[in-house]
Amino acid sequence: MADYSYDPKYASEEQVAYAGTLDRGWKIGFVLMLIFFGLYVFGVLPAHVSMEQLAQYWVLPADQYLKAVNGPTGWGWVALVTKGDYLNYIGIAILAGITVVCYAQVLPLFLKKGDKVYSAIMIAEILVLVLAASGILGGGAH
Amino acid sequence: MNHHSSLWHKGLWIPGLVALLIFLSQEGWCAEAAAASATTTPWWVWAAALFVTSFLLGIVAVLGGVGGGVLFVPIVGGFFFPFHLDFVRGAGLMVALAGALAAGPGLLKSGMASLRLAMPLALIASASAIVGAMMGLALPTHIIQTALGATILGIVALMWTAKKSEQPDVPKADALSSALGIHGLYFDAAKNQEIDWKVHRTPLGLLMFVVIGIMAGMFGLGAGWANVPVLNLLMGAPLKVSVATSKFMLSIVDTSAAWVYLNKGAVLALIAVPSILGIMLGSLIGVRLLKRANASVVRKVVIGMLLLAGSRALMKGLGF
Repeated sequence: MADYSYDPKYASEEQVAYAGTLDRGWKIGFVLMLIFFGLYVFGVLPAHVSMEQLAQYWVLPADQYLKAVNGPTGWGWVALVTKGDYLNYIGIAILAGITVVCYAQVLPLFLKKGDKVYSAIMIAEILVLVLAASGILGGGAH
Repeated sequence: MNHHSSLWHKGLWIPGLVALLIFLSQEGWCAEAAAASATTTPWWVWAAALFVTSFLLGIVAVLGGVGGGVLFVPIVGGFFFPFHLDFVRGAGLMVALAGALAAGPGLLKSGMASLRLAMPLALIASASAIVGAMMGLALPTHIIQTALGATILGIVALMWTAKKSEQPDVPKADALSSALGIHGLYFDAAKNQEIDWKVHRTPLGLLMFVVIGIMAGMFGLGAGWANVPVLNLLMGAPLKVSVATSKFMLSIVDTSAAWVYLNKGAVLALIAVPSILGIMLGSLIGVRLLKRANASVVRKVVIGMLLLAGSRALMKGLGF
């Protein structure tokens, strides 16, 4: 893990805690993404959508692409995680999910200090990110 | 020989190469031609070409002082590659997100990025980015293409005209920023001194981040090009704090938009992963070249590239 020099005078306790979790999280997500991508492109695991099919359909808008390849929306990819292409979503989801973890980890520090406004901002941000990740907002298409 | 090696050392061959690729794509190897050949060209050629292009863009982005996403979306989406704009924007968001996540820890621990400054603004921008992402995936492609072109041309104008202020004069913090306790202290190594900062015009700043969030989600461009002027010129944060906080904020704002794209199937691993890897490796090389490159010349070349890419997107959107 990178050891960034820091001084408590310049970076608060919350800021340093956030940075530590972010540092670990993005590295885990990035490494997993590379490993899973290797398994995918070198054909170690079979893909739900073959590379040849993919190269035919990636000219389509996302919704038409999904129809053409019978692809999942929302968290439906979890059911296809044994397939090489959708296995990659684990690393991508970690990259897209680490911020919520950072917020959840730092929130108690703000609560402990009695910083009600920032605690409320953090709770609201967690709700926004969870809402985005939930797939509830999955309607609408071209 | 000396002249060539000088150009080489200044890193000017890289934006030159990207500009040449763009020129060639205008001359017949355009996205439509690429789409027609998409079925005949092996998939791995596209993946490899995307990696190389992203790598070069990663170098150029650092040398030109712009985010990877703002170059990636218009150039990969407008020229050479057959991918639909939905997937390019999905990959663009992941590119901007990965870069911001990687930079975040160092920026936070050094105190250059401020959590207290970022959090209220990021809340507004990330909620808006969800709306922008949903709009971007719901509107017809030609409208998004047209709006993207207009936005890129707007960014060109902004880059050409906007001034930066190393340490803006903030006579008095506004009531909202005082209530939120938005202020800080950082050590400027270049000046070898501590800089105390505060901000003003926070309500207007919050309003601006509604627009920035929508655009970030809609186009997948990242939003450093808009964050920095608002933080620096409008709110009066020092330039270094603005740049660092902007970069960190992208990790929050682009997260919300990325989830919408992911949930709607607009993130394809074969497009996103080579792009992320290429840009990140390119950025590392770019940082090494930074000391030797002529930054102002590279920046002009980047502005030229964006001008070309924005015009192309606008023309495609308008059906020319």
